[in-house]
Amino acid sequence: MNPFAYTRAYGVDTALNEKTERAHYIGGGTNLIDLMKENVMHSQLLIDVNHLPFHEIEETESGGLLLGAMMTNAETAYHPLIEERYPLLAKAILAGASPQLRNMATNGGNLMQRTRCYYFYDTATPCNKREPGSGCSAINGYNRIHAILGTSSECIATHPSDMCVALAALDATVHVSGRNGDRTIAFNDFHRLPEMHPEKDNTLESDELITGIELPEKGFKDHFTYIKIRDRQSYAFALVSVAAALELDGDTITDARIALGGVAHKPWRDQGAESLLKGKKATEENFEQVAETILANAQGYGHNTFKIELAKRAIIRALSEATENVHLS
Amino acid sequence: MSLVIDTEPRTGVSSTSSITLKINGSEKRISIAPWTTLLDALREHLDMTGTKKGCDHGQCGACTVLVNGKRINSCLTLAVMQEGNEIQTIEGLSKGNELHPLQEAFIEHDAFQCGYCTPGQICSAVGLMNEGKAHNASEIRELMSGNLCRCGAYTNIVDAIEEVINKEGRNA
Ligand SMILES: Cc1cc2nc3c(=O)[nH]c(=O)nc-3n(C[C@H](O)[C@H](O)[C@H](O)COP(=O)(O)OP(=O)(O)OC[C@H]3O[C@@H](n4cnc5c(N)ncnc54)[C@H](O)[C@@H]3O)c2cc1C
Ligand code: SF4
Ligand code: FES
Ligand code: FES
Repeated sequence: MNPFAYTRAYGVDTALNEKTERAHYIGGGTNLIDLMKENVMHSQLLIDVNHLPFHEIEETESGGLLLGAMMTNAETAYHPLIEERYPLLAKAILAGASPQLRNMATNGGNLMQRTRCYYFYDTATPCNKREPGSGCSAINGYNRIHAILGTSSECIATHPSDMCVALAALDATVHVSGRNGDRTIAFNDFHRLPEMHPEKDNTLESDELITGIELPEKGFKDHFTYIKIRDRQSYAFALVSVAAALELDGDTITDARIALGGVAHKPWRDQGAESLLKGKKATEENFEQVAETILANAQGYGHNTFKIELAKRAIIRALSEATENVHLS
Repeated sequence: MSLVIDTEPRTGVSSTSSITLKINGSEKRISIAPWTTLLDALREHLDMTGTKKGCDHGQCGACTVLVNGKRINSCLTLAVMQEGNEIQTIEGLSKGNELHPLQEAFIEHDAFQCGYCTPGQICSAVGLMNEGKAHNASEIRELMSGNLCRCGAYTNIVDAIEEVINKEGRNA
């Protein structure tokens, strides 16, 4: 790690005032310290945001919840209100990392975690995300864990979070504070596709601080699942994951959400494909059709081409499990 | 790769400073730089080498300690971030010569070979029991997955923890 200074922020204004391009907020440190040890990220000043007053879950006027950004992933997943009303979110969080890491990781930090692309971590190789303009080593390299949807000629990295896949399915909103005031960002607009600027993971401005994550009222607690397919049963990142949530009237689908992890630079939603299910019966044929539609434009890069078929099968299984409300994985 | 530092940090503690850490019930004053991890502070500055360094990247669990009763990876947190918290390490689990029930059970069940992962396994198991979410062998396996054992002592580790959970459950 490069030498840096450390300061604790006890108020949002102090945190924002200290923030420069060369300073970083630190939550649990589980991603930032790792990347600083690898020399991938460097900082002049770490601003410890763990003492800011965003450790609670509040009920919102519109019937949803506002999750504090500095709550840990474990506190969030095991919170009675989350277990009861948003079990999809609890299941996705608990599918990620390890108990130790979930005790450290903050909700804000989870959204901001960087890709696990091997070349991004390896400072001896070119990587447009780490060093803009240097090239992408993955496109013609070893790309088994890489993206199949929404890629660009500059980067085929994936966003590694499990929690974010559930938040995308639930239509969450990110609350942020910056020097120019507060604003909210719809979850789907928070993470971005790489396009020509893979160095930008998301749409947060460099001075902005995440303060909370808002969940709308609808939690899909009766018909949901999170399926995570990985090389090891636990403590491994997803090759493909699916958050599926259904609202059913008998066996007719009245609302459907499908978000994919491990396949793109952001949690992947295709609202056009989801709407194909509305008014239809919850049958395997209909699930197959929606899976084909979501993956219609998928592109493999060699080692990761298996993900296309894997994602389709995972979607079909997830929708079937959500219909029955069984949670096998 | 050159490091991206060209000016002095603006504010905050930039070089070695004196901090107080509460470890196993006693206060320890040490002089450390902000970039010292809690793991390195324990091992290199306090000669508390019970906590092990396996990967230094959050991938193995050998460095597991408890902070305010919760298990964490000490390799991915800075010592300065832990000022004010109660830190518990493997050295603090026994009461004098009386071993912690999990330490007893690990010996009883032969739950280690080389022993390198063991302090992390035991601290993690203490955290697991504080959490109260594991009730059977399969839940123990899932919730102990943050601790790798390259000797593969997993079956005995799970047996040891299961025994203590069952016993404490009956006592409660
Ligand atoms: C071995 C290992 C396995 C893992 N496995 C998984 C997995 O299977 N699934 C999964 O989803 N994740 C996994 N993770 C990743 C883990 O979930 C993230 O590292 C964690 O969520 C990051 O949160 P943090 O609070 O520790 O972030 P930090 O490391 O503190 O920060 C990460 C980034 O976010 C910024 N930041 C932090 N807080 C804020 C804020 N409030 N506002 C703005 N910016 C902020 C920081 O400046 C930094 O750039 C794994 C990590 C490790 C080390
Ligand atoms: S996929 Fe993205 S992160 Fe990986 S090497 Fe290419 S540019 Fe870098
Ligand atoms: S040394 Fe900390 S997890 Fe391996
Ligand atoms: S006993 Fe050797 S690593 Fe676990």
